[in-house]
Amino acid sequence: MKTTYREAMRAALREALQRDDRVFLMGEDVGAYGGCYAVSLGLLEEFGPERVRDTPLSESGFVGAGIGAALNGMRPIVEIMTVNFSLLALDQIVNSAASLLHMSGGQFNVPLVIRMTTGAGRQLGAQHSHSLEGWYAHIPGLRLLAPATLEDARGMLWTALADPDPVLIFEHGSLYAAEGELADDAGPVGIDRAEIRRPGTDVTLITYGGTLPLTLDAAAQLAERGVAAEVIDLRTLRPLDEETILASVARTHRAVIVDEAWRSGSLSAEIAARIAEKAFYELDAPVARVCGAEVPMPYPKHLEEAALPSAARVVAAALEAVGAGA
Amino acid sequence: MTAPADAAAAGPGSPRALLRAMLRVRRLEEACVRLYTEQKIRGFLHVSIGEEAVVAGVTSALEPGDAIVATYREHGHALLAGIPARKLMAEMYGRAEGCSHGRGGSMHLFDADARFFGGNAIVAGGLPLAVGLALADAMQGRDRVTVCFFGEGAMAEGEFHESINLAALWRLPVLFCCENNLYAMGTALARSESQTDLALKASSYGVPSWEVDGMDALAVADAARKAVDSVRAGGGPYFLELRTYRFRAHSMFDPERYRERAEVAAWMERDPIPLLRSSLTSAGDLDDAGWAALEREAEDEVQDAIAFAEAGTLEPIETLERFVYSEGRAP
Repeated sequence: MKTTYREAMRAALREALQRDDRVFLMGEDVGAYGGCYAVSLGLLEEFGPERVRDTPLSESGFVGAGIGAALNGMRPIVEIMTVNFSLLALDQIVNSAASLLHMSGGQFNVPLVIRMTTGAGRQLGAQHSHSLEGWYAHIPGLRLLAPATLEDARGMLWTALADPDPVLIFEHGSLYAAEGELADDAGPVGIDRAEIRRPGTDVTLITYGGTLPLTLDAAAQLAERGVAAEVIDLRTLRPLDEETILASVARTHRAVIVDEAWRSGSLSAEIAARIAEKAFYELDAPVARVCGAEVPMPYPKHLEEAALPSAARVVAAALEAVGAGA
Repeated sequence: MTAPADAAAAGPGSPRALLRAMLRVRRLEEACVRLYTEQKIRGFLHVSIGEEAVVAGVTSALEPGDAIVATYREHGHALLAGIPARKLMAEMYGRAEGCSHGRGGSMHLFDADARFFGGNAIVAGGLPLAVGLALADAMQGRDRVTVCFFGEGAMAEGEFHESINLAALWRLPVLFCCENNLYAMGTALARSESQTDLALKASSYGVPSWEVDGMDALAVADAARKAVDSVRAGGGPYFLELRTYRFRAHSMFDPERYRERAEVAAWMERDPIPLLRSSLTSAGDLDDAGWAALEREAEDEVQDAIAFAEAGTLEPIETLERFVYSEGRAP
């Protein structure tokens, strides 16, 4: 069936609410407004205000309440409008959700799912556009998902809800309108492994979430120039599926990491370090990175575009890696 | 109290039970201070000596199944929530037999059986958790109460406002207990709050809010009973400001430059333990032998706990990374 990323997410939420009485959705404007990205549109009418709960603008309060509810037998799905706003709940996410299991000696796990949008590309300026999931990827105790495809948008939520520990799902804002075919019986998907979205032999392009489409575009352009690029979609940002990355680099001997986030101290830095640590002798070229410019995101379209990874920049980096650069 | 044989008088809220509870906490914490100076206990250690009436009074109003969320000054809360002194002391020692497997220490006491959810060392960090625990109870139709203890310092944090607003908006079964000991570490209330009437502040959320003498265990127990009854009956959240004082420094590292000795001495005149003891004695409900028995019992419990902790084992280093993620993925 033809569907959008947004509709796939909504179908996943609906199914979760239907399948388990313990599941409820909570967040800013998830109910009466229909979800600020229209993901939860219609769910309030279908499930009522107990299970689709509009919250006040108090990220720390309602994320913490989600943690408490998870500790006490519920399976909350907490929505934070954007990753930028999640910083107001950082204390609860890091000091409570991620730490409680360990601090309590294994007694209190936190089966909580937190969804939020991330990323730029819509001229929303510096306080609505950042890609801070790499920060969360630093935190032991959290599991981070970045659905980039319709299958993952549809299937990751249920698997996340079955996880006994806190799971953060990052949805790139530019993906919601993505349209495509999704199997009628599409269901839960695994959240442990990265996926090779396009096989290739000459260079490995590693990415996730919102930069997957442009990376696939870059791979298609590279193919036209005789370079077979393999595209890895990380899917899970923590824990990282190192095995898939290293196995690919062992085949292609070259790696380019594409990440919309800033380069310094980023997830791309972590991946590059791991390749250097564990696959150094496989490399025929330095690991390259195509990242966001290190500026708070500017508003004007041309500057925002210049700040973000593009297919052209990925193509250039890959050509450089294979020694076919300009 | 004239009928000590009466069943009610012997219950958890009875004067004698309150005295016993306070004494258990006092002796346990005095031992902790001693053991800290002997370097058996490390890290930060925050004792509540002087504040026992608060925890004894509030916990006396609770029933099994009720949940407690506390701060880093929570030894007494943990003990009176029902965590065995042995497990508490072993935790102080960082032993595997501790209530948090030795991974929490003094500031992070946890116990699933006692429904004791910390041990939270982020000021006000426990408030949203308490709201969520209560939300789950409400959504699952259980008539449990969640009690959240926090200091007056937490009332300057945004999380206090976010939490009490949410609890009031959704009429959740939370009892907010502000332990106002007048100092947020070294910052006096008047130096940190524009509005020092904390009950007034809380009442602006439409939550019944009362100020209670936190040195009077009977007054605390009485107020807590009313509060818990109201919360359990579906009245929504409730707020108590318990005015108390810590006789010792904020932590073992605190040189205490911010308050006068005379002020401490004046509050020590209202030590809740002698206060209740003398009221029981003058009512003829406690003689010297009775007091000695309570003392002996408290001391025995502490000595047993120390012996247990001393004999405890250390978690093997190989288990360092346990409990970061759950073992086995199915919930």
